[in-house]
Amino acid sequence: MRSAMLRDDDLLTRIGLAARTLSTTAAPSGAEEIVVHGVSAVCDPLGGLYLPELGMLVVSDLHLEKGAAFARRGMMLPPYDTIATLNILSAVITRYDPKVVVSLGDNFHDRKGSQLLPDDLRALITSMARGRDWIWINGNHDPDGTVDLPGISTDELLYGGLVFRHEPSLISGKGEVAGHLHPSATVRRREKSVRRACFASDGQRLLMPAFGVFAGGLDLNHKAMHGLFDREALVAHLLGRDRIYSVRYGNLIG
Amino acid sequence: MDLIETPSPGRDAATLPRPFLKWFAEKGWAPRAHQLELLARAQGGENMLLIAPTGAGKTLAGFLPSLTDLVHRGKVPPGSAFTGIHTLYISPLKALTVDIERNLMKPVTEMGLSVTVENRTGDTSQSKRQRQKLNPPDILLTTPEQVALLLANKEAERFFKDLKYVVLDELHSLVTSKRGHLLSLGLARIRRHAPGMQTIGLSATVADPMELQRWLVPQGENPAPPAGLVHVTGGAAPNISILGTESRIPWGGHVSAYAIADVYREIRNHGTTLIFVNTRFQAEFLFQALWNANDDNLAIALHHGSLDAGQRRKVEAAMAENRLRAVVATSTLDMGIDWGDIDLVIHIGAPKGASRLAQRIGRANHRMDEPSKAILVPGNRFEVMECQAALDANYLGAQDTPPVGEGALDVLAQHVLGMACAEPFDPLELYDEIISASPYAGLSWEMFERIVDFVATGGYALRAYERYAKIRKTPEGKWRVSNPHVAQQYRLNIGTIVEATELNVRLVRRSATGTLGRGGMSLGKVEEQFLEQLRPGDTFLFAGKVLRFETIRENECLVSTTYSTDPMIPAYAGAKFPLTTYLADQVRSMLADPDRWDVLPDQVHDWLAIQRERSMIPKRDELLIETFPRGKRFFMIAYCFEGRLAHQTLGMLLTRRLERAGARPLGFVATDYSLAVYSMNDMGGMIASGRMNLSDLFDEDMLGDDLEAWLAESYLLKRTFRNCAIISGLIERRHPGKEKTGRQVTVSTDLIYDVLRTHEPDHILLEATRRDAATGLLDIGRLGDMLARIKGHITHRDLDRVSPLAVPIMLEIGKETVPGEANDAVLEEAAEELIAEAMG
Repeated sequence: MRSAMLRDDDLLTRIGLAARTLSTTAAPSGAEEIVVHGVSAVCDPLGGLYLPELGMLVVSDLHLEKGAAFARRGMMLPPYDTIATLNILSAVITRYDPKVVVSLGDNFHDRKGSQLLPDDLRALITSMARGRDWIWINGNHDPDGTVDLPGISTDELLYGGLVFRHEPSLISGKGEVAGHLHPSATVRRREKSVRRACFASDGQRLLMPAFGVFAGGLDLNHKAMHGLFDREALVAHLLGRDRIYSVRYGNLIG
Repeated sequence: MDLIETPSPGRDAATLPRPFLKWFAEKGWAPRAHQLELLARAQGGENMLLIAPTGAGKTLAGFLPSLTDLVHRGKVPPGSAFTGIHTLYISPLKALTVDIERNLMKPVTEMGLSVTVENRTGDTSQSKRQRQKLNPPDILLTTPEQVALLLANKEAERFFKDLKYVVLDELHSLVTSKRGHLLSLGLARIRRHAPGMQTIGLSATVADPMELQRWLVPQGENPAPPAGLVHVTGGAAPNISILGTESRIPWGGHVSAYAIADVYREIRNHGTTLIFVNTRFQAEFLFQALWNANDDNLAIALHHGSLDAGQRRKVEAAMAENRLRAVVATSTLDMGIDWGDIDLVIHIGAPKGASRLAQRIGRANHRMDEPSKAILVPGNRFEVMECQAALDANYLGAQDTPPVGEGALDVLAQHVLGMACAEPFDPLELYDEIISASPYAGLSWEMFERIVDFVATGGYALRAYERYAKIRKTPEGKWRVSNPHVAQQYRLNIGTIVEATELNVRLVRRSATGTLGRGGMSLGKVEEQFLEQLRPGDTFLFAGKVLRFETIRENECLVSTTYSTDPMIPAYAGAKFPLTTYLADQVRSMLADPDRWDVLPDQVHDWLAIQRERSMIPKRDELLIETFPRGKRFFMIAYCFEGRLAHQTLGMLLTRRLERAGARPLGFVATDYSLAVYSMNDMGGMIASGRMNLSDLFDEDMLGDDLEAWLAESYLLKRTFRNCAIISGLIERRHPGKEKTGRQVTVSTDLIYDVLRTHEPDHILLEATRRDAATGLLDIGRLGDMLARIKGHITHRDLDRVSPLAVPIMLEIGKETVPGEANDAVLEEAAEELIAEAMG
């Protein structure tokens, strides 16, 4: 075998990191500052996007209660994904102390997720939301909004010159921050390939990496990504062990 | 099925009914002694095991008790009550059931017996399967998976209640796998439906027949007497030789390129030659090389498991009709199907096991009384020794088939769900039934309860899924499925074979402008993992062609033809067999005994002699460690002879320890024979000065914490976990055509593994994974045995340059990288380029 394809191997690091960063509040040196449609933004290696001018933290595709959603269909996945995802979210919130948290859709893996959420996890979200605004953008997995959770539910949010929605618009991507596609990218150098979740942006539009620990990735080359970006300007900001690695689309395969 | 014309002396044939005697007489044949012995003892009520070489008329022997009984029974009058099947024949191969049906129908028809014979496999139509349940044949030929499906049905008792005989073909190959575990559980259930049922196992020669004799009968608290044994030895001794060549035998590699001319000459001098190789890559390479050498346009074909089924069927048909001069094949042709008249078997590369070699050679000349002819073609100098060792072993009749082993837990989970689908089960009764299957005889009640809990709700400490339980306890204390959907899910996910995710390879036309055509021929399947490393324009060998990778489109890999004869991507690994413990020991002892070198070719003899001069020859139970500098690096070679898998695990653990010791290791490479580690610092000097201690380095305690720490991130363990998750029913199989495109609809088992490991490291599925890994991909069991064996027997030679014995593994460095851990360095490099670009 000439090289190994590594998939999703960053997860354990993220779980471990979350535990460690709970005690530190400074923005990590490994975060990457970028500009989307004139608004500056910080890509955090744990998968959140912080917009300092707006005091806003964006996360996308939490897919909470994915384990339970599968269990409802007879596949008993470990029931620990929600707590694992929330622990990471809690770490990012602690790190930036945002005024507003935006969860960009597919907040729960299915329509029943927020309604059947166990009480202790509901309490955890409530405590994270204390003292800040929380906006749940509706996704295709959970189009009906959330039940008994702090914050408001909406399909779209226009704020600070940006538009926040779950599915990227096929008409115009200017100033859009979206999720849905779970972008990931593969970097190849010589004998090795590494695949990681990433923020993807051409300066006009930004696609968020999936935040949930059970959420997989879709390669930037996949046809679902076609036409979303100006590939000349597209940069993948890959989630590394403790920093963001920014690689131009054209340089992914070296 | 072979019917041998030789008359058998001295045995009373009176137990055969008249139609049989008449039929044998008309053919001018006589039943063989072992066939009659098996018949007589089976008629006496014994369960039986027949061990015989290929061509001994094993299959007919297996069916005689059943056929004679059916003749006595006569035709079931129309209008009589429902009659279940009389005989169940189980084979590991679908193709074998079809083959047997054809071969069995012939005598049945010729004798005019009113016996119905049908097969039932995954290919059998839904309507035929349905009809078989309503109106079962007398003899049903099927596979282990179909048996499990039949048993998980509400009608199972009705279907099996009249069963008299279960004939198990190729038992030696079935029992050591998870399919064998599943089948053993199925047999335990069948026995409950048909308590008088008798088993007849048919097997090639194995290391421990008693293991199979026990496998065939109920174990548990009151084990039945082991099955009776009929052991047919003899047949003519095979005529095996190692290829004599004028060419230079290479130091490393496995493809035997040096021998192409010699192999081609042998093909030309024989009628039909069967060429066995160990990996698909070797098959592809050899086929290509023979094609280039094929000046006489001989009909030479290629056969391996990744090829398109249609293409394989064509090759098989041509083979049966004797239209081919040679077939290059992997293990897909290992098992006992009739392939026309083969008069020569050539084995490329080392056989890796003495028993495997014997079985493959048995493919030649399918007649027990004529000697098979075989030629071994070693790929390199170590393989010369291995071939010689295997050759000695074959003459001595040594056997090194693996032991049956403990029943796998993921298989048990699948079975428990199946039993709940059949009818609500009483846990105590089911437990007793399960421990009557020999692989599960040692299963504890506590473990059984954990499995039931796993099946019901996933078995998590956090009891979050009670309301979604797949099986529930009734007020009477029986477990039943919660809803019909569960049973349907079970049926779709049955079986123990987990295929790597594979993509279809389609050959398309590429226009001058680079646009790709549609349609085109399907060539077969290649693992997704291999394809992911390709970029457009890369060339690789597959289906006997050099192909240009174009793109992946809608779950298909598109390739075009290329005029290049030299593929850029060298390796398409496919399955590799590790060296068996027995053969490894033989190679070690041959190496240690210079008197035995005389039988080896001069080149190999000289190689060893120079090694003795420059370094040393290790004794049989000694571990030789060599250290030497080369280039800017330092090397450590350990000659363990424990097989590639165990060496790979050792390499992973050793590099961790060397890192702690300050040796700054850079990497390692493993072969079947040795392990090479390379580093920045002088390991030889560190050992000599006492800063590093070899006994500590190779201490057994590396199988403790170091192993745990490494396993946490191991790619190999994740792959093992995936198999367990699918077999145990935790996640569903991906069914072709059911996948949605565009978005992830399933969840990656790697993600599940990571979350489970962090939150519930003692979960039963992780336990199952670790057990599998110990014998499977990581071969931890064997590594542990070796570390115990070499304790106090380590000899170190600090050399100033590479030794002769080290050359083969040194050649492997750079060719092969071990699928490794997360590597941020690659990302860093790519990111730095961007910085350089921005700043430049």
